[in-house]
Amino acid sequence: MDILNTLVLLANFVIVPAVTYGSQLALGALGVTLIYGILRFSNFAHGDTMAFGTMVTVLVTWMLQSWGVSLGPVPTALLALPFGIAVTAGLVLWTDRVVYRFYRKQKAKPVILVIVSMGVMFVMNGLVRFIIGPDDQNFADGARFLIGAREFKEMTGLKEGLAIKASQGLTVLTAVIVVALLFWFLNHTRTGKSMRAYSDNEDLALLSGINPERVVAVTWIIVAALATVAGVLYGLDKSFKPFTYFQLLLPIFAAAIVGGLGSPLGAIAGGFVIAFSEVTITYAWKKAAAYLLPADMAPDGLLQLLAVDYKFAVSFVILVVVLLFKPTGLFKGKSV
Amino acid sequence: MNDTVKTIGLFGLVALAILFTGLSQSWNAALGILNMGLISAIMAMGVNLQWGFAGLFNVGIMGFVGLGGLATVLVSMPPVPAAWAAGGYDVWEALFVGALSLAAVILIRKRMKPGNLRALVTWVLLIAGFSIYRELFDPARDAIEKVNPALEGYLGGLGLPILLAWPVGGLLAAGAAWVIGKTALGLRSDYLAIATLGIAEIIIAIMKNEDWLARGVKNVNGLPRPLPYEIDLQADPSFVEKAASFGLDPVTASTLYVKLGYSIMFTVVLVIILFLMQRSLHSPWGRMMRAIRDNEDAARAMGKDVTRRHLQIFILGSAICGLAGAMMTTLDGQLTPGTYQPLRYTFLIWVMVIVGGSGNNLGSVLGGFLIWFLWVQVEPFGRWLMELITMGMEPGNALREHLLASAAHMRLLTMGLVMLLMLRFSPRGLLPEK
Amino acid sequence: MVGGYGRGPDILHGVTLEVDRGEIAVIVGPNGAGKSTAMKAVFGMLNVHTGSVVFNGEDIRELTPQARVAKGMGFVPQTHNIFASMSVEENLEMGAFLRTDDYSETMEQVYDLFPILKEKRHQHAGELSGGQRQQVAVGRALMTKPQLLMLDEPTAGVSPIVMDELFDRIIEVARTGISILMVEQNARQALEIADKGYVLVQGANAHTGSGKQLLADPEVRRSFLGG
Ligand SMILES: Nc1ncnc2c1ncn2[C@@H]1O[C@H](COP(=O)(O)OP(=O)(O)OP(=O)(O)O)[C@@H](O)[C@H]1O
Ligand SMILES: [Mg+2]
Repeated sequence: MDILNTLVLLANFVIVPAVTYGSQLALGALGVTLIYGILRFSNFAHGDTMAFGTMVTVLVTWMLQSWGVSLGPVPTALLALPFGIAVTAGLVLWTDRVVYRFYRKQKAKPVILVIVSMGVMFVMNGLVRFIIGPDDQNFADGARFLIGAREFKEMTGLKEGLAIKASQGLTVLTAVIVVALLFWFLNHTRTGKSMRAYSDNEDLALLSGINPERVVAVTWIIVAALATVAGVLYGLDKSFKPFTYFQLLLPIFAAAIVGGLGSPLGAIAGGFVIAFSEVTITYAWKKAAAYLLPADMAPDGLLQLLAVDYKFAVSFVILVVVLLFKPTGLFKGKSV
Repeated sequence: MNDTVKTIGLFGLVALAILFTGLSQSWNAALGILNMGLISAIMAMGVNLQWGFAGLFNVGIMGFVGLGGLATVLVSMPPVPAAWAAGGYDVWEALFVGALSLAAVILIRKRMKPGNLRALVTWVLLIAGFSIYRELFDPARDAIEKVNPALEGYLGGLGLPILLAWPVGGLLAAGAAWVIGKTALGLRSDYLAIATLGIAEIIIAIMKNEDWLARGVKNVNGLPRPLPYEIDLQADPSFVEKAASFGLDPVTASTLYVKLGYSIMFTVVLVIILFLMQRSLHSPWGRMMRAIRDNEDAARAMGKDVTRRHLQIFILGSAICGLAGAMMTTLDGQLTPGTYQPLRYTFLIWVMVIVGGSGNNLGSVLGGFLIWFLWVQVEPFGRWLMELITMGMEPGNALREHLLASAAHMRLLTMGLVMLLMLRFSPRGLLPEK
Repeated sequence: MVGGYGRGPDILHGVTLEVDRGEIAVIVGPNGAGKSTAMKAVFGMLNVHTGSVVFNGEDIRELTPQARVAKGMGFVPQTHNIFASMSVEENLEMGAFLRTDDYSETMEQVYDLFPILKEKRHQHAGELSGGQRQQVAVGRALMTKPQLLMLDEPTAGVSPIVMDELFDRIIEVARTGISILMVEQNARQALEIADKGYVLVQGANAHTGSGKQLLADPEVRRSFLGG
């Protein structure tokens, strides 16, 4: 019984949150890794691209809500999501045209593009704050829980409850669908294969007649979609605040690098590695230990390795350790 | 000749802008811009040293600036004896144990052959070290934080003059830079960027959460000053008399006196650093650094120890940022960890370096002043602009209200635009490297 | 052709190359002579400021490399000539990227030409041996159904037996009516199968003639064929 209770406890406080957060990070890291693979720079504006996409979705959601549109138990935001993606895709394509293309033509060094992306980050960040303000925004509606803790306890007769929020279920489901679509696209369509070819060997892609500008445009569109989906899911699960999205940059980059920059599979793995480490290291294991250990050995401390405020430190330490021991990441990424 | 004219012209322009602020807004505001401009210029020089001279991409400036701020508390605040008695020594003992076990791990990894045994010893050391550390640390921390939590709840500082905190801030930053540099400098530039970004967040997180150290988000107010207090000046009859002879009322005169005092102190620091930087730029050392930056492989092939040089310059640049951070906190008179934000303390400095002209010290100084001026003045300008735009709309119109309320966020937008335009049309900055 | 890379100095100081339909032309010369550069110049990958490139009677000097692929030219560079992270079959598909018709037949032809590729079609090209990679590279270029196939040292790093095999394949390709312009270090063997031969030295034509003529030329023999 105690073992079952422990498992439920862990599922509730570690596994479910980590899987959710991992899915969100994986989607974010996929965007970063695609830009890196195709355009060959680390895009510092990615967090703010997520914020922008989410903002558009939030605005459209509010509009739909004011019209009385509702999807029942499913958040209205899902209906608004395609608009968010479309507007964000428009914005990044426009940014590419007026900003990045110039440097691409010049064959500028990657670090210059990183600096340029810092400028874009400023502009996007300002834009988002300008339009929606710097505060927390709530746009979630629909059902709150798939399973409530009380229901679960009544159902199973266990002492511990397992609560799964609707947003958590939605996150995982959406992430699985998006990732499946992405991999199908990359591995089975002509355009997707041309993207992989371009990422693998730019010059030879040119010699095969692949149009680089088209590859780049398709990449931006996909990245806009991934960023918006990741941002909206994160926003539904927690809340939407522009600055938080900027701060997500660190765990997202950590995930992409840990997995191996340029490797989509790596981005996903990295997302989960980072999420699980963050959650397990900042979780207080006292209760779990109390179940498993005999009563007289129960610990008096919280058994929390690090306070939640230090979760950045976790991504960072994992990042450094991986870089020191496996510089190209878990799944061999590119090293330019 | 032409260059000199341009340099003088651009600096003249900045001086005029500050003077204009003084005349049209207030001298208090003008001196405020000047003081932060001086500090920004020093930070920009630090970053320029790393990026402009060595091509090192540091986006963790905020962390080093924060460490400088921490130094002011640790050096200048009076110690809290009750807190020390409650757990001060235990905290340091715990930290010492923690550091010792880390050192042991590093030593083991260097000395022992790779294999299962080494892995086992590493893990045992790590886990044991961490457990002992927590066992010692947690109660000591709690005890300290219980001591008069409303006002103290921390160990306090050394009670030394605050000016001493400036070099100490530089040293703290240098120490952190050494650790980062040792681990991340051999890696690719993007990785260094992410590593520095991460460490900056961690440093700020520590400053926010370790209340025993510097009260965390409860802030440390009332830092000692290197200059007299306005109240004391106003109470001093000879000062009041002097002020009157300039036609100033005592309150204005005292604030201006203090601000001007800071301006002079900061200018002295700026001039010293600028002088040293210019000297080193034109020394064989500076030439070597630039040779390394322009062609790392060739320099390596010529037998230069590139990684070592990079470490050196990374530490120096970060130390300058730490120094500037200490100066800034001294100027503020309080340490407020909650206000450290990367856009303001890291990326804004980058805008300064890019706009000023990377690789040129005078350029960084110019960029520091200019961008700081913009940063401050964009807000009133934005409000004015929004008022102009919304003039035709009725009061109470939702869009109008929104636009007026959002004017404050014009700053980031403007900074981004300035940076992008500069990178596009004048990538070498206002005062390019020669 | 006269030209160089970007804004750098001229590397080619006057190179003339010509291939007729169904012919094999071979370029030989010492390392750094500008052979690869000449090939890239023909393919529009560097700046040719004087001279012209004529294909099927049309001046194509202004065309981008992609446009030249569409016109019917195929190029196998000296290095990095495969997509290492993609499967053999995907490499071939990428070769056929511009084609809108059904290319499965061409792929069969390539597999007939290089049977080993069929066996390894689902393997990553980067996991193949050097000689197999060269076959992938040539196969990829053939997928465009080019009228002119340009090969930069297709036999680099290939064992003598495979080399013979590759040469045989190249002759086979030429028999199907495809013109071949090829750079080779194995000058003697290459010149034996060549209809035309060019010796480049320091970015300029040094000797020109049919393969047989060059093989017989005592000066060429002395300086480039080692006696
Ligand atoms: N991308 C480039 N940019 C600038 N110069 C180049 C570039 N590639 C080659 N060169 C220069 O052009 C010259 C000719 O090089 P090229 O590669 O054409 O020689 P090659 O005849 O093919 O030699 P090899 O037999 O070794 O392949 C060399 O001096 C080389 O340094
Ligand atoms: Mg060559």
